[in-house]
Amino acid sequence: MADITLRVNGSEKKVSVSPDTPLLWVLRDTLQLPGTKFGCGAGLCGACTVHVDDKAVRSCSTPISQVGGKSVTTIEGLSANGLHVLQQAWIAEEVPQCGYCQAGQIMQAADLLAKTPNPTDDQITQAMNGNLCRCGTYERIRKAIHRAAGNGGGR
Amino acid sequence: MSPLSRRGFIGAGIAGAAGLVIGFYLPHKGESEKDSFSPNAYLRITPENKIRIVVPRSEMGQGVRTALPMILAEELEADWKQIEIEQAGASTLFGDQTTGGSASIRTTWDPMRKAGATAREMLISAAALTWGVPRSSCIADAGHIKHAASNRTVSYGDLVGKAATLPIPTDVPLKQSKDYKLVGQRVARVDTPAKVKGEAVFGIDFRLPEMKYAVLSRCPIIGGKVASFDDKDSKKVGGVSFVGKIGDSAVAVVADTVWGAMEGRRVLNVSWDEGPNKDLNTTGIFAGMKQAASKKGANMYAPGDPAKVGGRKISAEYTLPFMAHAPMEPGNCTAHYQGTTCELWAPTQVPQDCRDSVAAAVGLDPDQVKVNVTLMGGGFGRRLEHDYAVEAALVSKAINAPVKVIWTREDDMRFSTYRPASIHQLSATVEGSGYPAALTHRIIAPSISGQKGQPVPNGVDPDLPDEAGPVYGIPNYLIEYVQTETPVPLGWMRSVYALQAAFALESFIDELAVAAGKDPLRYRLQLLSKDQDLTYFTTVWRTARMRGVLQLAAEKSGWDKPVAAGRYRGVACFGCFQSYMAEVVEISMENNEPRVHRVVAVVDCGQVVNPAILEQQIQGGIVYGLGNALRAKITIDKGRVVQGNFDDYAPLRMEETPTVEVYAVPSQEAPTGIGEPSVPPIAPAVCNAIYAATKKRIRSLPILS
Repeated sequence: MADITLRVNGSEKKVSVSPDTPLLWVLRDTLQLPGTKFGCGAGLCGACTVHVDDKAVRSCSTPISQVGGKSVTTIEGLSANGLHVLQQAWIAEEVPQCGYCQAGQIMQAADLLAKTPNPTDDQITQAMNGNLCRCGTYERIRKAIHRAAGNGGGR
Repeated sequence: MSPLSRRGFIGAGIAGAAGLVIGFYLPHKGESEKDSFSPNAYLRITPENKIRIVVPRSEMGQGVRTALPMILAEELEADWKQIEIEQAGASTLFGDQTTGGSASIRTTWDPMRKAGATAREMLISAAALTWGVPRSSCIADAGHIKHAASNRTVSYGDLVGKAATLPIPTDVPLKQSKDYKLVGQRVARVDTPAKVKGEAVFGIDFRLPEMKYAVLSRCPIIGGKVASFDDKDSKKVGGVSFVGKIGDSAVAVVADTVWGAMEGRRVLNVSWDEGPNKDLNTTGIFAGMKQAASKKGANMYAPGDPAKVGGRKISAEYTLPFMAHAPMEPGNCTAHYQGTTCELWAPTQVPQDCRDSVAAAVGLDPDQVKVNVTLMGGGFGRRLEHDYAVEAALVSKAINAPVKVIWTREDDMRFSTYRPASIHQLSATVEGSGYPAALTHRIIAPSISGQKGQPVPNGVDPDLPDEAGPVYGIPNYLIEYVQTETPVPLGWMRSVYALQAAFALESFIDELAVAAGKDPLRYRLQLLSKDQDLTYFTTVWRTARMRGVLQLAAEKSGWDKPVAAGRYRGVACFGCFQSYMAEVVEISMENNEPRVHRVVAVVDCGQVVNPAILEQQIQGGIVYGLGNALRAKITIDKGRVVQGNFDDYAPLRMEETPTVEVYAVPSQEAPTGIGEPSVPPIAPAVCNAIYAATKKRIRSLPILS
């Protein structure tokens, strides 16, 4: 067991867990933030995507020991006030079907727009290709990212 | 995925006298039951003018929590803003609650409409009595009854007291489609905001206080058992509180956290009794099926007699592998066994089966088991099984505490139930014109229901009547099913046998068109040119409707116009779950692999309830089906499933996803299936395009094998 301090959605959190525990399970079990999802446990599907120090990472494959002192943002904390422009775009384009992968998709898209405010189709594909959706919502995800970019999502 | 055949659908008729029962069954916080109006199990109107609609099917992404209430609200003349949704758990009020077989809309269309119309008529009566005016002078509109002559309006909420005292009518008028206000509109899904905020509670997210977590080590060899286990190392893992056998073939590791349980399982030492299948492999399974193909099977459709038709004969054989559903949310279930009761929170397509199988497993009566249905991260038929629910109940009983069983991705891949592998033998006798006078389609495959010990009437798997019907009115036409056996666990996977049947038939029709030197789409239209009703079991397939979707697909895809350089087109059409579907694809070949750029998809599914949800289902089905076609293959070696995660069983990603244009043929026919019909045609359409590009015929899936 190790005591690790990290910032989650702007608040300091101290957790006492085995240091090899993936960030995913610390978020879901210890901190009770279940918006981040378990999909594959191997960094192959992107359902568990969160931001660590403003970069998208796969929380299922990130041991908590690597996150000490860092700042983590989950879907629950993506926007401090109301809906993030990406979440608004996701609603406008009616993206989700089952919805299970969408938190990871939105976190990945937020990372893309932060770096590339007006992405091309190719840039969207490149950024989002690691995020699986078994319902097949990819076309609407693309449209929603363009819509959010048009609404200043990257700024 | 055919609940109709599997459970013997008991018409989900409105429980006319269930008004009192519903109050007991669905109590709501801060709401006086006696003050609200609930003429049937599907709805309750409160004095606060809220309308709560009960959804008796499971939401797995297909939109039932929106579409089913729309149907009821339409007849009720409700204001959509008044509507609140309630998810039904396992109940005795709604008939068969199985969510599958693309059946949610088609089996609730009548009961939901009648439920809404019954309430509407009673509210009109209540207002008419209150005002002392004739019923015929009152109309229902947007959650109010209006009396134009006296310019009076009263809300439904203000009528609930009076309405609840009235007799429930049995024969109520239903609206005509031309008067629909909600049905046919792109009503926004009710579940979207919670899903984009990360607030939607899926099965895996549900928590109880003091809940433990369990992962199970299951015998990797099909049919094998636990011989012995050593839990010494597992118990050293922090938080692990229990290690014990669950059933004959699994050992559960229980911990305070998911990670603790996973780590405990990682170091668990189990010796397996390998059982009879330790040498089973896919090559042997296909050899066995090939051998079985020499047997005469059951005739499912047999107008005329192909054997008596002389002429040029063309034959081909197609094979398809086992496939896994692989929904995004891995298997899980929360259970709390408490001696005389057991409560479940299950992401399930079959709440009633969960109730019954859990009751049997833990030694309770079904009415002692309560099943709450959670949101599901996809289903695709995997959650028509109830293995995970039984596991959760057994673990909870063993530890005498609430527990959530979680499967990992590898568990989901290796201990799934698989789409049956199959062989298809097609032969045709063609006339001088190049068109077939006779066609034989032999389907050689194991029976899903048969393996589960359910009836296989007259040697026909009960799913085949919904999924392998005739498309063309060929005068001598035989569709035959040869049932084989396999120990590989089988399950109903999205579109079930239709995917296999369509791949074989629509590839073969393309081969016939090529042999005749004719355009493959025009060839199909010629085969469909005569209006015919093809009766296949209880479904009547109409060539005119199939011709309609194919013609619209030709028009929308620009089939008769030249395709861009380096691009090639392919077409396929098929009918299943009572809907008609045609798909035209446009591909290019890159490094000998197809890249699908565009799909034009046309459906005739009768009345469309929500066009936005329809588009989601068609697009999603095509993405799912294209992933199946390109790479989906489960192989067995030494009795074990080889594939484990999304690297060796790789679904479609964004870079491979084509644009999908969806068109629905306008129709006022009763709605038919939409969750599955778009899946089957995509594989043959792509393979036919590959032939157009390369002159190579793909007769075995997956394409990239």
